[in-house]
Amino acid sequence: MSASKIAWINDSYAKMTRYNFFRRVNWGRFSVVSVPYLWLAIFFFIPFVVVFKISLSEAAIAVPPYTPILDWNLEEAYVTLKISLSNYLFLLEDDFYLSAYLSSIKVAAISTFFTLLVAFPIAYLMARTEGSTRALLLALVILPFWTSFLLRVYAWMGLLKKNGLINETLMSLGLIDQPLIMMQTDFAVYIGIVYTYLPFMVLPLYSALEKMDMTLLEAAEDLGARPYQSFFLITLPLAMPGVIAGCLLVFIPAVGEFVIPALLGGSDTLMIGRVLWDEFFLNRDWPMASGVAVVMLIILVLPIMLIRNSQGKEGAA
Amino acid sequence: MTSPQHTDLSQISERTNVQLPSWKSDAQPFVQIENITKKFDDFIAVDNISLDIYKNELFCLLGGSGSGKSTLLRMLAGFETPTSGRILIDGVDMAGIQPWSRPVNMMFQSYALFPHLTVAENVAFGLKREGIRGAEVKQRVTEMLDLVQLGHLGKRKPNQLSGGQRQRVALARSLIKRPKLLLLDEPLGALDKKLREETQFELINIQDELGVTFVVVTHDQEEAMTLASRIGVMNHGVIVQTDEPQDVYEYPNSRFVAEFVGSVNLFEGQVTVDEPDTVCVTSPEAGGELCVNHGISCAPNQDVHVAVRPEKIRVSETRPDQTYNCLQGTILDIAYMGSLSVFKVKLASGKEVRVTQPNTNRESGGRFTWDDSVYLSWDMDSCVVLTS
Repeated sequence: MSASKIAWINDSYAKMTRYNFFRRVNWGRFSVVSVPYLWLAIFFFIPFVVVFKISLSEAAIAVPPYTPILDWNLEEAYVTLKISLSNYLFLLEDDFYLSAYLSSIKVAAISTFFTLLVAFPIAYLMARTEGSTRALLLALVILPFWTSFLLRVYAWMGLLKKNGLINETLMSLGLIDQPLIMMQTDFAVYIGIVYTYLPFMVLPLYSALEKMDMTLLEAAEDLGARPYQSFFLITLPLAMPGVIAGCLLVFIPAVGEFVIPALLGGSDTLMIGRVLWDEFFLNRDWPMASGVAVVMLIILVLPIMLIRNSQGKEGAA
Repeated sequence: MTSPQHTDLSQISERTNVQLPSWKSDAQPFVQIENITKKFDDFIAVDNISLDIYKNELFCLLGGSGSGKSTLLRMLAGFETPTSGRILIDGVDMAGIQPWSRPVNMMFQSYALFPHLTVAENVAFGLKREGIRGAEVKQRVTEMLDLVQLGHLGKRKPNQLSGGQRQRVALARSLIKRPKLLLLDEPLGALDKKLREETQFELINIQDELGVTFVVVTHDQEEAMTLASRIGVMNHGVIVQTDEPQDVYEYPNSRFVAEFVGSVNLFEGQVTVDEPDTVCVTSPEAGGELCVNHGISCAPNQDVHVAVRPEKIRVSETRPDQTYNCLQGTILDIAYMGSLSVFKVKLASGKEVRVTQPNTNRESGGRFTWDDSVYLSWDMDSCVVLTS
């Protein structure tokens, strides 16, 4: 067979497979799946590109308050592309931002840990009860969502402040002489985050624990495991997907949390959400604020991708 | 161990003949269940049961769902606390002893294999809880996996195994701690028929080899018959009869046992002759006199039932030469099942009798046809009289 003939066969074969590919696409399915992707593209990806673009420009007293990256003048026939890395350099040079990032991560990590501690027994109980009791417990977990988030944070202010409900009660019981200072501390921030994000931890944990077969625990006990051993050797490993999902759902928004530290935290509670707010609204330095936002995203996305990656490998093994 | 395909049937039957069965000797019972009752709120799951199980026995608790057999098993394992009564295992009162401290292991109906651990890790679980580490764990796990013929699958996860393989892993896991007593909850329930038959013999061989006392819970009377050295038939939280499989089948002590174990024809009637070695019953239902060659304790003219198994009945075209145990009817239905044929014969009273006939040669399946008038007969020693 001549080389040209082989080439012709290959070519027509390629045409055939291309043809089949378009025939095989299920357009109904495609249109359903494409809606959420379109949504993400319009409301997440494009805004992110805009923010990224702004982070590469410089602040200016203008409307909008930053210099354009691309500048052209048709009469004098020039186009300039001006990319400024000064915002990112400044982020690296100034310790203030680094410590704000680290402190945000610290606050988010500690709150996530305590949210996990509080949520696990709740989720466990929900998974073990049945019928109407389970429905009631589920409703109780979701109930706080029916009130405004801001209102609930203000309610905590009422509880925690110097002459708030907790201090008044403890003093009238004679347990303390001086009111405890709880407001404007990191403690109040932790309470606020744990309280607010609790349902996001409870629900994935519940769905993981609910799938677990209770006879596994009996089997473990039968083989000589005490209840605490059964918990660490059986329950916890099987609940791990829920633990990871819940921790991500709490940790990620907690890092960028702005309202809770602003309302409950003190002036020394340094979190990146507040820095961003200040850059944006007080300094009116949009490019700097955008830079802070982009770096925060990178800091959050990288570890998540690593976790997802290792999970995927484990699942395949 | 021999593979299931090469199981020598004669070896198995030989086993029970080696020595006097322990429940007939005056040996100390290994498991003593004394007046055990278990109530769930108002429901009495187990009602004042007393039972002795001896060393090396393969005891089957046979009963339908809700008969209390699983509750009794779970009380032996320690997962349920008896409402009253006590359980002694090897002479030790089990009251207050937690499941993880009992010399007992259980094989669960669902197998309850740990899905996140490999086969070898599943089997090693019990050993590690005993504080055994390193080479000994590895060696014993290998031995046990070889015993259940899964030596090559140690690194697999349970979801990568077939049903039969999972059943073996569960068995290996429950045997690794060398328990004195192994409890098996419907051990073969999830297997298909062919695999179940193979595994039955395998279970018996393993039990024999390791000398462990087995208590098996099952609802499958065939399974109980093949496995057990003794069967306890349970109904409504009570053990109705405890006997060797053959006695449970041939001498059921009540209508419930007769009907639950195998199929049976029951004829209601009144006692007319009551002698030490002969009982005769006049049964309008059967349309004749039924005689049995064993005595019963009953009042004259008491209402009783005569039970006869379908395979013990002879079918003939001409009237057999006997005055008792002889009925006439017409064939209502025939089911050809290969090795045997099942006939439904309708008597003059309207009662339907089930008869099975072995197809001893190729033509015997077609000996009778629908609406044939036939005679049914059986010997005096083929039926039993039931007073309850």
